[in-house]
Formats: sequence, C-alpha cells, structure tokens
Amino acid sequence: MPKWFTPAAVLCGLMFVISPLLIARAPDESSMGMVYKIYYYHMPSAWMFLLAPLVCGVSSAMFLVRGRPGDDRRAWAAAELTVLFGALTLITGPLWARRAWGTWWVWDARLTSSLVGWMIGWAYLILRRYGGPGSDKLAAGVALFGAVNVPFIFISVNYWRTIHPPTTVVPRLPVEMGLPLWFCVFAFLLLFMLLMTMRLRLEETRARLDDLYVALDE
Amino acid sequence: MSATPFGRSLWLVLRKDLTVEVRSREIAYTTLFFAASCVLVFAFALVREGRAPEGGAAGILWIAIAFAGTLALGRTFERERQSETLRALLLSPMPRPAIYVGKLLGIVALLVGTEVVLVPLVVFLFNARLFAHPFWLAGIVLGGTIGYAAVGTLFAAMLVRARSRDVLLPVLLYPVVVPVIIAGVQGTTALLQPNFDAALVRFWLLLLVTFDVVFVVLALWTFEAVMSD
Amino acid sequence: MSQPAASSAVAPDFSFVAVDEVSRAFGRRRALSRVSARVEAGQIVGILGPNGAGKSTLLGILATLLRPTTGQVRYGDLGAARGAALRARIGVLGHDLFLYPELTARENLEFFAGVHGLDRPGDAARAALARAGLGDRGDDPVSAFSRGMRQRVALERALIHDPRLVLLDEPFTGLDDASASALLRRLHALRAAGAMVVVATHDLDLADGLLDHALFLRDGRPAAVMARPERLRTTYQEVMARPPGGAGA
Repeated sequence: MPKWFTPAAVLCGLMFVISPLLIARAPDESSMGMVYKIYYYHMPSAWMFLLAPLVCGVSSAMFLVRGRPGDDRRAWAAAELTVLFGALTLITGPLWARRAWGTWWVWDARLTSSLVGWMIGWAYLILRRYGGPGSDKLAAGVALFGAVNVPFIFISVNYWRTIHPPTTVVPRLPVEMGLPLWFCVFAFLLLFMLLMTMRLRLEETRARLDDLYVALDE
Repeated sequence: MSATPFGRSLWLVLRKDLTVEVRSREIAYTTLFFAASCVLVFAFALVREGRAPEGGAAGILWIAIAFAGTLALGRTFERERQSETLRALLLSPMPRPAIYVGKLLGIVALLVGTEVVLVPLVVFLFNARLFAHPFWLAGIVLGGTIGYAAVGTLFAAMLVRARSRDVLLPVLLYPVVVPVIIAGVQGTTALLQPNFDAALVRFWLLLLVTFDVVFVVLALWTFEAVMSD
Repeated sequence: MSQPAASSAVAPDFSFVAVDEVSRAFGRRRALSRVSARVEAGQIVGILGPNGAGKSTLLGILATLLRPTTGQVRYGDLGAARGAALRARIGVLGHDLFLYPELTARENLEFFAGVHGLDRPGDAARAALARAGLGDRGDDPVSAFSRGMRQRVALERALIHDPRLVLLDEPFTGLDDASASALLRRLHALRAAGAMVVVATHDLDLADGLLDHALFLRDGRPAAVMARPERLRTTYQEVMARPPGGAGA
C-alpha cells in the first residue's frame, strides 16, 4: 500500500464519524425532518456513481487499445465501485424520496438512467465472474458500449417520460451547497480513492502471484 | 494479394449464412414460432374483456422481437461454435470487420423475416392499425432491428468461447439496447395514435438511426480487439 | 528468400519459422514453457507428446490465434508481424474440422477458396475435390460424410490457398489405412514443393520415417529435440521416461 493510504484511511474514517454532527447542525430547510438529511449522503454517493463508470469506460477503452493488464484491473475495480455506489445511491434516494415526494420511485430520466447504468455494472461483474477465460476483453467491450450508451439512455428515457403526464413533479432539490455537503463530498471522494487503491492492490498482488507461480516451474 | 477485399469477404460470409439457413431453415422456423408464442402469451396475460391495454400492442411487438432476437443470435453463433468455423474465419485473411458486417446483415435478414410475420400477427390479434403509415412503420422497425442486431452480433460473437454464454447474452444485451426498445415502442405507439404526429415519429426514428450508426461504427472498431487472444 | 510457385506472388513470403523461448500461461496454468524450435522450407516437423503437453497450444501460437506470454515467433523476414498478409500464407487443419455440415463439400471448398481471395474458387474447389478423391461426392452435404472423408475435405480446405506454413493438429485421428497413406503421400508432396509442415500427433507408427525434426513436449516443456528420429515409438518412450528437467538434444 502506498504511504498515504493509512493516514488517508484514518482521515476518511474520522470524516464519516464527524459528518453526522455537521449535518445535524446544518440549517434546517423549512419543515423537513431528520430523514431529509440523508440527502447529504445521497448526493455525494450519486456523484461517485457518476465517476466510477467514467473511470471504467475510459480504462476499458485503453485496455482494448493498449492491452495492458493495469488498465483492465482498473476497469474491473471501477465497475465494482459503480455497483457499490450505485447501490448506496439507489437506497438513499428512495428513502429520501418517500419523505419528499411521498413515493419510493418515479420513472423520470435521471432515476431510470441510473437504474439501467447500474444494471450494466452488474452485467459487467457477472461476465467477469462467470464468463471464463478471455472475459477481460469481453467485459471491456461491454463497458465501452455501456459508456457510449449513456447519452442515448438519457435522451430516450427523458422523452419517454414527457409523453406521459408526470405523476409527480420533481422539484429542484432545496439543499444548500454549504459546508456539510462539501465535507461529505470530500469524504466520499476519499472513500472512493481508498477503495479503488485497495482493490487494485489486491488484483496486482494476485497477478504477481500468478507470475511467480508460473515462473517457479520454469 | 494479401487481405481479401472487404466487399467480397462480406458477401461471402452473408451468402454462406443465408445458404446454410435456407438449407436447414432451423433457426428461421424456431425463431418465428417462438416469437409468435410470445405474442400469444402476452395476449392471454394482458387482454381484458377482449381488448388489449392502451398502447399495449407496440410493447408486445417489441418484446417479442427482443426475445426472438436473443434466440436467433444464440443459435446462429452456436452453429459457428460447433465446428469452430468462426475460428477458421478468423484464421483467414478476411478483414475482421467484414466478418462482423456479414454476420450482422444475416441476423438482420433473419429478424426482418420474422417481423414480416410478427407485425401482421400483432395487427390481427390486437386490432392495432399499424399499417396506417407503412413507410414510417418500416423505418422504425428496421431502425430498431439494426440497432438491436448491431450490439447483439458483437456480444454474441464475443461470447462464443465464454462459459455460460446462453444466459450471459441477455444479461449483457438487454441493458445496452434499452434506448432501442424505448425508441421502438414509442415510435410504434406514436404510429397508432389517431392524431398522427409525424414530427414525433421522426424524432424516434432519428434517435434509432443515430444509435445504429454510432454502435455499428463502435462494433467495427472493437471487433478485432475483442476477438483476438 | 524463395519465391512461391503459386499465383499469389505479391504477398510477402517467408522461408523459415523461428520459435524463440515461447511461453504461454493461462492464469496459473502454464501451457508452454520456453519452447524453441525452427522450421525450414521443405521440412516436416513433428510435435510429439502426451495429452495436455501443449501441442495444440503451440500450434495455436504458430497459427497466430494465440499470443505467447513471453518469447516470440518469427516468420522469416516478416518478423513478429501479425495481420492478414501473414494469415494468407498459413493453412490450419484443426482438431475440429472447420467445415460447415449443412453445406456440400464443393460449397465448403468454394467458400474457403473465396475467403482466401482466390480468383477462381469454382476451379480451385473442383481441383481440390479431385485431389481428395471425392470428385463424385462433391455435391453431398458434409454432414453425410464419414470421418475419413470429412478429414480429406478438411485437409483440402486447409491447403486450398497453397499455404507456405501448414499446421496439422492430430490429422491421423479416425483415418483408415487408405486415407492415412493418402495423407502421408500428401505431406511428402508438400515437403517436396517447399512448404513448411508442422504436425502434432501421438500417432507414432504413422509418423515414423516422416519427420525431419521432432520436438518432444511434456507438461509444456521441451523434453527433447531430435533430427530425423528413427524407431519413433521406442525413442518416444525413452524420452518420456527421462526425469523432468533434462531438456536434451
């Protein structure tokens, strides 16, 4: 592990411990109760959920072009983080929505696109797990297709929604870009980098073990 | 000569696929029958008091196409897998993109053949007046079929030597072709409206065509990379 | 560098294939370990070894289907280049015969002739059928053929574009005496015409007296390299009985 890892991990842990205090002391928005404060976790989580597939798509493209195993490892790690942060987003979101809108789910463009993107992340992982040898290249292809697909998914779902009258109006989110939010964003970003590093390290070690194992027999 | 010319390679692959299919007709018949069964199952599930749900016909049509497409893709590449003939094609000096396009056109031909039966069936069973605007309908259906097949052919070719390939194809394919399904269903539904809005249909058609172009180009670019070891 | 006699004189050619310390691993499984070999034009080289020794893997690497994990394969002055030009000069007869069962023998041959860019696929197919002794069965679907007949068609398919490097994976499997003799004659003819022939087999009796060089593989490692091996079966047993770690020759 790189030298910055342990201090960063400690910092990240501390930030998450402190964050509820900061959030609780954030100015309350009108009549919202405590549950609304989950939004301070939901939004950074969603941003990570956007970052991860970007990393995955770019790494996959690089892997297809250059064929370096490092790119493949990064793509795989990023896919796992996509699924992880996607899960967090898709859990915290409805919890918030139930209070704000009175419903668990709406089929608006953003939510639906997120769901589809999350499923593509799952598809990637299932392929890596069950596809057998050679699934690194295949998964890279799927990730690339998934990434390029994002604008299409968004546009098609967006216009799909406007055909039907909206069942609920999605309001602009009334959360101030204050200290608590940026604090949480930073904490989540740190968490993202820590998890990525750990995962990459795991795969690198595994690859090195494989090489040693093979070299032993020579 | 070193590499076989693109056009000739494409034509050879396509003609071979069509010849093999015409000989056995196995995939054509099974796909067609499966698609028709899908439509029937949906009819039993969704028809209430003798009438289909509002706009249901479009959805049913496209679900049947999606399911039948998965079957056709799986069977076509299973055939190549059996004698490792895909490997023989890759060993030849044909340009790899030509192999992809040849296979793609074969799949599209197969699906269009299925749709020729499927669309009238849906019209008949659900009283859906799809033939009111035949050219728009053809455009939407063809655009959607090409988009679906473009992604499906690449994924199915990729999976030829993977394990669990039968179940992996739909797992990988369906999320990626969501825009095609949405555009296809919406476009077809728009055709069924009494007050026909050409601009709306044109929008969905344009989305489909854009999807097709982008993803065929992307597949041509990645085919070589994903098929090599 | 000798020019090929066939019509396709424009494609780059090579007169030897050099395998330099090639290894191939699949994850933890080491399929080949530092194998070196050289094949010259007008030679028949055998790759011999038990099942799982790595014969098919080595052939796959020679066919450019697989990339070595370390080491490289050089095709004459073409170096380690890949690509369509190189593939045009390689013919492969694999374990699975690469034939479409629904098509007739003639259609299979015409298809592959076209695929390799031959100008007159119909003529080439007809000639190939004659060489295989199947001129009268040309219009029957391959699915109706016996294993031996399919093998003959597959061999012609592999050779239809007059390849410089011919790779054969277990070509004698399931052949009757007549077909096996015909195959042997064909291999001798190829050698005389200046092709490079690499045969992986464990049919030692048939390969006896055929090989100019033999590479013995065990567990992916070269166990021995021999020129003109005599009494192949005895030699093979001797080599395989040696303790591992002794790469002789």
